[in-house]
Amino acid sequence: MKIAVPIKFVPDLVEELNIDSSGAALDTSWLRLIINEFDDHAIEQAILLKERGGAEVTIICAEGDGVDDILFNAAAKGADQLVKLMGSDAAMMNSHATARVLADFFKEIQPDLILTGVQAHNDLDGSVGALLAEYLGMPYVGYVAGVTAASGSVIARKEYPGGIIGEMEVKLPAVLGIQAAEQPPRYVAYSKINQVSKTVKIEERAISDLDSSGGATVGRMFKPEPAQRAEIIEGSPEEVADRMVGIFKELGVM
Amino acid sequence: MEITLSPLSPSISKTFYSSLHELKDGERIRKCLQCGTCSGVCPFGYYMKYPPGKIIGTLRAGVFDLVTKTDSIWMCVSCSACSAFCPTQIPITQALMTRVKEEMILAGSVPAELQTAFKNSQQYGNPLGESPRKRADWATGIQPEVNILGKTKQPVDVLWFVGDYASYHPRMIPVTKSFAKILNVLGIKFGILGPEESSDGDSQRLAGERGIFEMLAKKNGQAFKKYQFREIITTDPHAYNALKNEYPALGISYPVRHFTEFLFERLDQIKPLLKKEVKTKIAYHDPCYLGRVNGIYDAPREILKSIPGVELVEMAHQFSNSLCCGGGGGGMWLDGFQWERAHVRLSEWRVKEALECGADLLAVACPYEPPRFEDATKTVPNANQLKVREIAELLAESMDL
Ligand code: SF4
Ligand code: SF4
Repeated sequence: MKIAVPIKFVPDLVEELNIDSSGAALDTSWLRLIINEFDDHAIEQAILLKERGGAEVTIICAEGDGVDDILFNAAAKGADQLVKLMGSDAAMMNSHATARVLADFFKEIQPDLILTGVQAHNDLDGSVGALLAEYLGMPYVGYVAGVTAASGSVIARKEYPGGIIGEMEVKLPAVLGIQAAEQPPRYVAYSKINQVSKTVKIEERAISDLDSSGGATVGRMFKPEPAQRAEIIEGSPEEVADRMVGIFKELGVM
Repeated sequence: MEITLSPLSPSISKTFYSSLHELKDGERIRKCLQCGTCSGVCPFGYYMKYPPGKIIGTLRAGVFDLVTKTDSIWMCVSCSACSAFCPTQIPITQALMTRVKEEMILAGSVPAELQTAFKNSQQYGNPLGESPRKRADWATGIQPEVNILGKTKQPVDVLWFVGDYASYHPRMIPVTKSFAKILNVLGIKFGILGPEESSDGDSQRLAGERGIFEMLAKKNGQAFKKYQFREIITTDPHAYNALKNEYPALGISYPVRHFTEFLFERLDQIKPLLKKEVKTKIAYHDPCYLGRVNGIYDAPREILKSIPGVELVEMAHQFSNSLCCGGGGGGMWLDGFQWERAHVRLSEWRVKEALECGADLLAVACPYEPPRFEDATKTVPNANQLKVREIAELLAESMDL
């Protein structure tokens, strides 16, 4: 089975996020990027499938800071091919543009199964998985939390509200949006990643034109603004605690 | 307790055993008497399914995989007590326990809590997962301003390696500020690396992640090279140990002192500044990597004794027989894991010892300890009166800074 896992990078919330002068995007000069958590789970799920029944796993990511490290990390876990998409203009890479670029690539390499993170926190503009499935004419199941290979199909496990779990058979080729792998993404020793980075090659593929049409345009980006009745309490922990006790007393709950 | 190794697991017993002999003094492992002293002095020896002597037994019998099938090794806090008391002087902590952890990590068996600390160290250069850009934020408000070398590029006498917990931990920030103020009062021309400083990596190394240790050390080495200074001082015994004993093998070699040695040398200058009485009975806790591993026992005690009003008392475990706070060798990041298994915390044991010897203050000299011991005073019965203070904090108090 050929499994492809397209991954992407998202802003790391460890750093404060600032809005740039346009007022409609994040200031990228202070941005630190990390792998989208759901994509990390998609990689883990792909490796688990490989370990259980054999598979050839390809990881695909648009170029950027830290991308090589993440690709090597995936290779140290067991991924077979690493592909970096070159010439991707970050500002243009919304879900639609990404899905179109990936669809072209997948038509060429013809994977049996495409696993992608079901969503990302930076771009709620429709998930890449569903768009990909549309462009490739494949079935799509999202919010998947476990995959088992069967012959010519996979069984996808999906969680529903209220603790109900559904299992559905999906004919291959197919796209699955992964919410969680069956186990947390594994840890690989740093020395192993290092070793891999010396022996494994990252294939670079140029992408020609980006078509981001169909996506949402951001009109204004802003930090949450306190509503009129909200009081933001500032000061040291002690001062804040004192003020809160005062408020609770005023409200008669204490 | 049983865990399975992933298929990444190397075929261990024989190759592993002979690889140990190649380490410094590693051939001494052949001389193990199977006396059990190591498990006797080990603070978790009673709990470990495979304490050091028993691990050596499995290696000799060619059944080392028995060890790797358990998670017993993650109870080792790298306190070096076994190494200090082994009658055949086997460097157990370095040449056995750390190596077993490395092997477990290569095989992919790493407790989840520890993975987080490793991933953070890889990604942010500190195990706490804090923003590296904010590494010098603690210094805000200190006057005269703390010299961040990347900004001022001025040559200094002393490069202060601040370390992870001293830079970021909310309990440690006031201590770190205190030390900066002391250096200012003493007129020391010092600087810090700030955002260019990475974790010293010592605890990651002792927890078995040698790759991360080397990566971090190289980063620090590159930062050191950019600036002019005469020596490095540090408030962190693990940073001290790494800089003194581990970095030179990687070609990073600078004179380094723990801050207690540095201040001890200036005690004549410090004494007249200690104006305020700190009337208290103090028990001093020897950090493993300051005392047992690096032989610094007197400087911290002499500094404490110079504070007017202080009476020094000793706990049951002291000097080379000191008891680990539980934070070493990855223990800092295995708190839940170890608690789930042993239902004791070494920090609580230590707090009980401080109470038993009549101390009303536990003095420490390592940034892992104030948060660990202070937490323990909240859970040990009748311990809430026991204060926990770092030496720099006590000095600053007496100097009225
Ligand atoms: S103390 Fe030393 S000689 Fe005795 S069992 Fe332990 S390792 Fe062997
Ligand atoms: S280093 Fe400390 S915790 Fe580890 S085995 Fe030796 S005595 Fe036990």
